[in-house]
Amino acid sequence: MAYSTKLIDHYENPRNIGSLDKNAEDVGTGLVGAPACGDVMKLQIKVGPDGLIEDAKFKTFGCGSAIASSSLVTEWVKGKTVDEAETIKNTDIAKHLALPPVKIHCSVLAEDAIKAAIADYRAKSAKKEEEPVAPGDQAVAAAK
Amino acid sequence: MNALAQFRRNDQPIYLDYQATTPMDSRVLEAMMPYFTYKFGNAHSRSHAYGWEAEEAVEKARAQVAKLIGADEKEIIYTSGATESNNLAIKGVAEFYKDRRNHIVTTVTEHKCVLDTCRHLEQQGFSVTYLPVQKNGLVDLEQLRAAVTDKTVVVSVMAVNNEIGVIQPLAEIGKICREKGAFFHTDAAQAVGKIPLDVNAMNIDLMSISGHKIYGPKGIGALYVRRKPRVRLVAMINGGGQERGFRSGTLPTPLCVGLGEAADICLKEMDAEAKRLTKLRDRMLKGLQAKLPEIYVNGDLDQRIPGNLNISFAYVEGESLMMGIKGLSVSSGSACTSASLEPSYVLRALGVDEELAHTSLRIGLGRFTTEQEVDTAVDELVRHVTKLREMSPLWEMAQEGIDLKSIEWAAH
Ligand SMILES: Cc1ncc(COP(=O)(O)O)c(C=O)c1O
Ligand code: FES
Repeated sequence: MAYSTKLIDHYENPRNIGSLDKNAEDVGTGLVGAPACGDVMKLQIKVGPDGLIEDAKFKTFGCGSAIASSSLVTEWVKGKTVDEAETIKNTDIAKHLALPPVKIHCSVLAEDAIKAAIADYRAKSAKKEEEPVAPGDQAVAAAK
Repeated sequence: MNALAQFRRNDQPIYLDYQATTPMDSRVLEAMMPYFTYKFGNAHSRSHAYGWEAEEAVEKARAQVAKLIGADEKEIIYTSGATESNNLAIKGVAEFYKDRRNHIVTTVTEHKCVLDTCRHLEQQGFSVTYLPVQKNGLVDLEQLRAAVTDKTVVVSVMAVNNEIGVIQPLAEIGKICREKGAFFHTDAAQAVGKIPLDVNAMNIDLMSISGHKIYGPKGIGALYVRRKPRVRLVAMINGGGQERGFRSGTLPTPLCVGLGEAADICLKEMDAEAKRLTKLRDRMLKGLQAKLPEIYVNGDLDQRIPGNLNISFAYVEGESLMMGIKGLSVSSGSACTSASLEPSYVLRALGVDEELAHTSLRIGLGRFTTEQEVDTAVDELVRHVTKLREMSPLWEMAQEGIDLKSIEWAAH
């Protein structure tokens, strides 16, 4: 399969690999996919006091397109508000990386991952407003 | 001497996919050349020297193929490859003996061309038993014995598996078939020329052979059909009655000559090459194991051809690994199911966990593989597996001591 130079660049020089403290209140974690299906993405966002996403990290087990999609998404969400980040569509990812048709679902996974990270962040914020909890007692969010 | 080095351009990756196909040996090409050019006669022309010359060449090649498997040259039929041979063998006997016997026994790890042929016969009203394999990829002989009945016309079990390289217990299977009066067909595309085979000692009645797996040309193969006791087949290609009526059509003289020469070289060099390849394979495996924890060889390591490794690199998805190791040409038994590309049915049949199946590569070594290539391959694999593990959420979780099986993944 011939991949686009953008895709190959993200695969070979992935941006923002790593992990943030999943227990921190300002961090939202999304974990989507399944090892048995051949793809798992973990995507994390850190939201600053001004409501902007100040950092994003990912780790991905999956094909090159899945790695590139998640890398790209971490770049895109930085500096956006959570609401803005939520509007990122898999079709934008697929278009930017020129994904071949069989690889479209890899971009779907990246969209799911960012949505899951945002949902986790929001759940944490809502909980914080209700009753401040001691940090460190929350499970990996999307791992249900 | 290194024909691949001779033909390969410097910008081409290291070829480590010898189970998919092999480069032609330059000695084979040399033997073929005259038959593409001035020795162009039709081997079936009886009236002049051009024909006689071609006939002599295809008959010499037939004898070379026969010798490699301990057969008589009259028992070798040229075909277009192992796919055709498998079709002809299984459909041919099934059709011929259908009034008396209508049952076929095979295994779940056969090549698609055998499985698809069996499916086709099922639609024609035959019944087929697909035997499972054990964890090491080998058939359970007691299960096989129990599956063969007095209605079984043919037992088709591959000699060597194309993905995991394991060698089935051919002599034992042949013995069971002989006792039960069923024919024994073996798809030996991956075995011929790599391991010693003897159709008589192993009681093999039909054997499929492919040219391009033994450093010969593509588009030619052979089917061994036993004459004593005689195995009868219904032909699939009708015409001028060539190849004892089993397979009509003008023989492709250069390809036949190439197959013969390839067989001859295999016969002469098999022992030395097996030793050399075993050393290279061990070197590769040891090199990988020294630097990478949690890698697993799929399929039996002892009952295996020397030139094959199939390895699961846990926590690293195979396709992404292949994309990284650009300097190496290997193949992957994995493919993401979400793209409706299924991971290898062979690995599944061994009971390899699906998550591990997604991390597997098939590495094939062969006649032109060098020690230096093996070392380069080890370095490149180690580098990329390490890099991809650093970015794998599963590796991270495993390092943190999280049992991946305890997590409820949202399957899709
Ligand atoms: C075990 C096995 N059987 C059959 C075939 C098909 O052989 P051919 O390409 O000669 O038709 C192959 C090669 O892909 C094979 O590995
Ligand atoms: S994650 Fe399934 S093919 Fe990319």
